[in-house]
Amino acid sequence: MAVLQPAAPGRRAMSSEERGYFLRQRLKTVITHAILIVFGITFMLPFVWMISSSLKPNVDIFELPVRLIPKTYRIENYIDATNAIPFWQYLWNSTYYTIFATIGAVLSNTFIAYGFARVRWRGRNVLFIIVIATMMLPFQVRMIPLYVLFAKLGWLNSFLPLIVPNFFGNAFYIFLMRQFMMTLPKELDDAARIDGASEWGIFWRIAVPLSKPAILTVAIFEIIHTWHDFVGPLVYLRHPTKYTLSIGLRLYFTQYGAEWGLLMAAAAMFTIPMVIFFFFAQRSFIEGITLTGLKG
Amino acid sequence: MFKLKRDPAKQPNSWRTDNLPAWGLFFVTPWIIGFLAFTVYPFFASLYFSFTNFNIINFSPRWVGLDNYVELFSADPLFWISIGNSIKYAALLLVAATIFDIFIAYLLSLDVKFLSIYRTIFFFPVLVPVVAASLTWIWILNPRFGLMNGLLDLIGVKGPNWLASPNTAMYSLIFIAVWGSGRQVIVYLSGFNDIPRSLYEAADIDGASGIQKFWRITLPLLSPQIFFNVVTLIIFSLQSFSEVYIMTGGGPANSTLLYAVNLYNRAFRDFAMGYASALAWIMFLLILGLTLIIFKFLSGRVIYER
Repeated sequence: MAVLQPAAPGRRAMSSEERGYFLRQRLKTVITHAILIVFGITFMLPFVWMISSSLKPNVDIFELPVRLIPKTYRIENYIDATNAIPFWQYLWNSTYYTIFATIGAVLSNTFIAYGFARVRWRGRNVLFIIVIATMMLPFQVRMIPLYVLFAKLGWLNSFLPLIVPNFFGNAFYIFLMRQFMMTLPKELDDAARIDGASEWGIFWRIAVPLSKPAILTVAIFEIIHTWHDFVGPLVYLRHPTKYTLSIGLRLYFTQYGAEWGLLMAAAAMFTIPMVIFFFFAQRSFIEGITLTGLKG
Repeated sequence: MFKLKRDPAKQPNSWRTDNLPAWGLFFVTPWIIGFLAFTVYPFFASLYFSFTNFNIINFSPRWVGLDNYVELFSADPLFWISIGNSIKYAALLLVAATIFDIFIAYLLSLDVKFLSIYRTIFFFPVLVPVVAASLTWIWILNPRFGLMNGLLDLIGVKGPNWLASPNTAMYSLIFIAVWGSGRQVIVYLSGFNDIPRSLYEAADIDGASGIQKFWRITLPLLSPQIFFNVVTLIIFSLQSFSEVYIMTGGGPANSTLLYAVNLYNRAFRDFAMGYASALAWIMFLLILGLTLIIFKFLSGRVIYER
């Protein structure tokens, strides 16, 4: 809704109409902030409760009435949490999975999207419609045959089933990068061709550098997706030494059903890398989401 | 959303036309290989498995014809329960998340101060790993010592058992899913920001009321974002698995047994891979049908050109 500039105060006395308008706008602003603050606090409460519980000694965890700010702090929860399960091993597994899955996604989708966006060839549009159509296929349909395939290849309990497919493109990322690459000026390609650049040269020297924002968006999405991934590791990683943190966290839950302090400390340590990451990548991330929700 | 950009090649003088298909295929080859290995093969294999009795231990499918499908429709109460639960979950989540997210995005679009702080807060739940968030919610909704009932106690209300009661478990999960729907807020916010101010100013001059402006200007111009969010939300919520599997495991009394949870249990707990494949195919057809219906009825109403 239009927020018109109120008449500059001080120049002359405001008429009662102007004052009424001014007050209504003030009231609207106050109400807007009040609603946002109430919902905002509600949205942050789970995270506050996670951190608060992670710092409480066990006796205080089960204290009634509940206390949002701990009475006594027990930082040692964080150390105990890393000793109760092979925490560092699982953290490394999550990191390893994330790094290689992201490398695969960035390399393959940039490459593939270029073929769909910048090179004209017979059959391109038909194939692109097939790419889009694969997004409709639920993971559950592919889950069982892929499990059988990877079992036969002897890849179970390794990260190969989770990482290798990433090197062969992903419909959503191809779509996203293609949309971006199509907005790049075509004159650049033509100029490069006149100068004798090969198709590969145009890809590597023109398309890739100019597509950095889209590449960054894919990387950010994939890092978050992999770090969060639960189903993939659940299906393929059955051996406890191979667990990622998303699977490993459940160990506290069964073994230490009552040790909420340690569990919340581990959950916080699992979450914090994402928060730090977000603060560095915030702008590209928000832009990326906006890009995917774009028209046409 | 999926509307293809007009092929620039069809416009005169835009691109040179003597490209060899070889270069295009060269770039697209990784996708073709992946498509054959990780989509086409599983697609047909799972169709074949769905007509077999297939045990995970010996990997030898035995042909049983339509037995799995017959059993599914006539002798498996869990199939119908899970379909009902998934539809309920998707429908309620769709309504709740859409209304809430549009409302929040609208407030954020009003030129508020501290916009980036608010935006980060509403987006924050998306950053918390699903497992960490789910375990935290289990603890928050703990009937005796959790934050939720603790706060209700302070105002003298005896809170329910949330995830542990068949009456409230489903609604708790939907509430948590709305909490985690910050992506939608960002998309709606960008939609609101795209609406030209001048339209509202013109409407003000014509004396339009706030409600009229909402129905005649805001909603139509927000339709691309609504369409995108509705389609993705339906497709994803019908496939919801992780949060529910972690928080309730489908219980209590199967009250939150979503379709994907039932399917996973059949495949990897009972090792009935053939039967689970039949379940997967029903799911695929269901989602496909629903998507086509949405596209048919909604896409015509979406206004793309501004």
